[in-house]
Amino acid sequence: MLNDIFIAPFSDMISAPDFLMQVLWEGLVSGILYALIALGFVLIFRSSRIFNFAQGIMVVFAALTLVGLFAMGIPAWISVGLTLGVMFVLAVAIERVVLRPLVGQPDIILFMATIGITLFLIGFGETIFGGENKVMITEELGIPTGDTVLEPFGGLLILQHLDITVVVVATLLVLALLAFLNYTQMGRAIRALGDDHQAALSVGISLQTIWVLVWFIAGIIALVTGIAWGARAGVSFALEVIAYKALPVLMLGGLESITGAIVGGLMIGILEKLFEIYWGQPLLGGNTETWFAFVLALIVLLFRPQGLFGERIIERV
Amino acid sequence: MLYRTAGQFKTSYNADQALFPVKQDAFLLGIILILAWVVFPLTASEFTFQTLLIPILIYALAAMGLNILTGFAGQLSLGTGAFMGVGAYACYKMVTLFPWMNPIVAILLSGVFSAGIGVAFGIPSLRIKGFYLAIATLAAQFFLVWLFEKWAWLYNYNASGAIQVPNLEMFGMFITGPQAASVTEYYIVLFVVSLLTLLCINLTRGNLGRTWKATRDMDIAAELIGINLMKSKLTAFAVSSYVVGVSGALYVFMWKGAAEPNVFDIPLSFQVLFIAIIGGLGSIMGNYLGAILIVGLPVVLNVIAGTQVFEMSGISAILAIALAAAVGFLFWVARNGWGIGAVIGFVVLTLIYGYAQTQGFRIDSALIEHINVMIIGALIIFFLIIEPHGLNQLWRLIREKLIIWPFPH
Repeated sequence: MLNDIFIAPFSDMISAPDFLMQVLWEGLVSGILYALIALGFVLIFRSSRIFNFAQGIMVVFAALTLVGLFAMGIPAWISVGLTLGVMFVLAVAIERVVLRPLVGQPDIILFMATIGITLFLIGFGETIFGGENKVMITEELGIPTGDTVLEPFGGLLILQHLDITVVVVATLLVLALLAFLNYTQMGRAIRALGDDHQAALSVGISLQTIWVLVWFIAGIIALVTGIAWGARAGVSFALEVIAYKALPVLMLGGLESITGAIVGGLMIGILEKLFEIYWGQPLLGGNTETWFAFVLALIVLLFRPQGLFGERIIERV
Repeated sequence: MLYRTAGQFKTSYNADQALFPVKQDAFLLGIILILAWVVFPLTASEFTFQTLLIPILIYALAAMGLNILTGFAGQLSLGTGAFMGVGAYACYKMVTLFPWMNPIVAILLSGVFSAGIGVAFGIPSLRIKGFYLAIATLAAQFFLVWLFEKWAWLYNYNASGAIQVPNLEMFGMFITGPQAASVTEYYIVLFVVSLLTLLCINLTRGNLGRTWKATRDMDIAAELIGINLMKSKLTAFAVSSYVVGVSGALYVFMWKGAAEPNVFDIPLSFQVLFIAIIGGLGSIMGNYLGAILIVGLPVVLNVIAGTQVFEMSGISAILAIALAAAVGFLFWVARNGWGIGAVIGFVVLTLIYGYAQTQGFRIDSALIEHINVMIIGALIIFFLIIEPHGLNQLWRLIREKLIIWPFPH
């Protein structure tokens, strides 16, 4: 028993390093996608203190809109543009209809409202585009599909070109986002709002504009994530499980931290794959990915209640 | 006038601490109890029992359990579905391991197991707060559902992986399983729910309930005035999980009849959370109002859509208008013109839809399912905007208006 837990998995790792690298690579790719979802979430949480449960569904909704528009005979790249437009309209609508009347309510009420948005988007998307599983328009968007086979340590390491593209695009997106937040006026306004609502308002930052902007950015991130994930797994609301995957990432990284979202996403993506392959399948009957991330985050939280990179919680009476 | 409380003097401590110190409240409760215990069982059809009465009671009980934790003790939980599952599986194991056991006793005991597991998953709440805790309870949710799937002992190694409720007798008649009559099941559910509601009302207004509320409002301040936070939070987890576990046992044994692990997955948790929040956090009655709304709404929507029950659109149109009028009245009493517009819109839509139906227009059932999900999402947002403190608060406002009516102040 002890041997199975503490020794056998590691000797497996050493004896087949190419397989280990394959596992790490797969973990890295899904970790990046988790990080992207968590990133959209962190942006919204920082600027409005809203725990946006709908982020995962926005991913599916964006992907569904893209595929649905393409199915109507609109060229691929124009569909992307139109989908961005839809995400913008969605951001405006959410701000006008849901957030504005609920400003100042307790956190849990706003959280519930985002669950309401989640249900609404599921129903709306399925009503318009149908509930069946769809195929992401990978080739039409010019995403490479083949694979590269490397042979490290005399073994096999298969890198899907799709995954490589995802890694590159996601990295570029994160860099662009960081540049936007750090070097533009709008980006600084978002960060200012995150630091102190009242102070930001008093220097003339418009809350409404920033909220729309932040939800729109979250929508863009959702679209990129949706394309990447949809290309791997098909597009349907079954994808909403990835919405839940972003939550332990947030817990691990801290709800306010962009660094935390990225580091947490990569950590969870890689560790859950390792655990599933080397411990979960041989010892626990597999499918441990549903809960491993949560339990890992829970254990980390016991030692750091605000997550690895979250703001220190200071409580006063 | 109708609800005048002036002149009802309390002359002893006992009268002051009575469960319902206002006569009219007790009177209303009496009417509701007569309806629930006598009128409904005599008049309800099989369909009403199975789609409305029994599920409303069970969901209300589950929401009450969650409300104790979230509404009274302030610890947000998203793992309710899994704790219901613990209750259901515990009950199943008990009645299959000890066939001589009285099923009602088994149902009441099954909560003990979920209480134990609830306390175990409640321990992190001592360090983790707010949304971090909410996500931490998701760990319980996903882990437990995974366990229900993988641990074959739980479902007695049967091939389907689901638990099947056996036929069990009490006083010579079947009370669970496929052969039990709906009325019997209804009475058992009603008995258990009434019992636990009484328990919860008294717990929440007593010493324990007050420590919970202090913990919810500001835990550091509560600690400073001498409340043991660990005790307060863990008892909240225990009582809450007990009630939720019992409701889970009822859910499978008295309503569904069989359950696969994925029944207890996260949508169930959210459904119960909706009920608790739309009903009103920190209230007991709100759970019932919320359950009526959340359980009843899809049924009514289906009736309106005319797919399951009625083929005549006339009846469904009248039903929709009556419902809309009732909701509109509530909003009018409680707030402002906001609700009226929505209600008029609802009525107009229903009339258009009813007209389309008489012209031979049909929507296929998958589409109706999707539209229902959309409408429920929209209604949740709508209710939160209208009254963020829930239906219970609406009732409180109506009651206050009735007390001073016909005077403005």
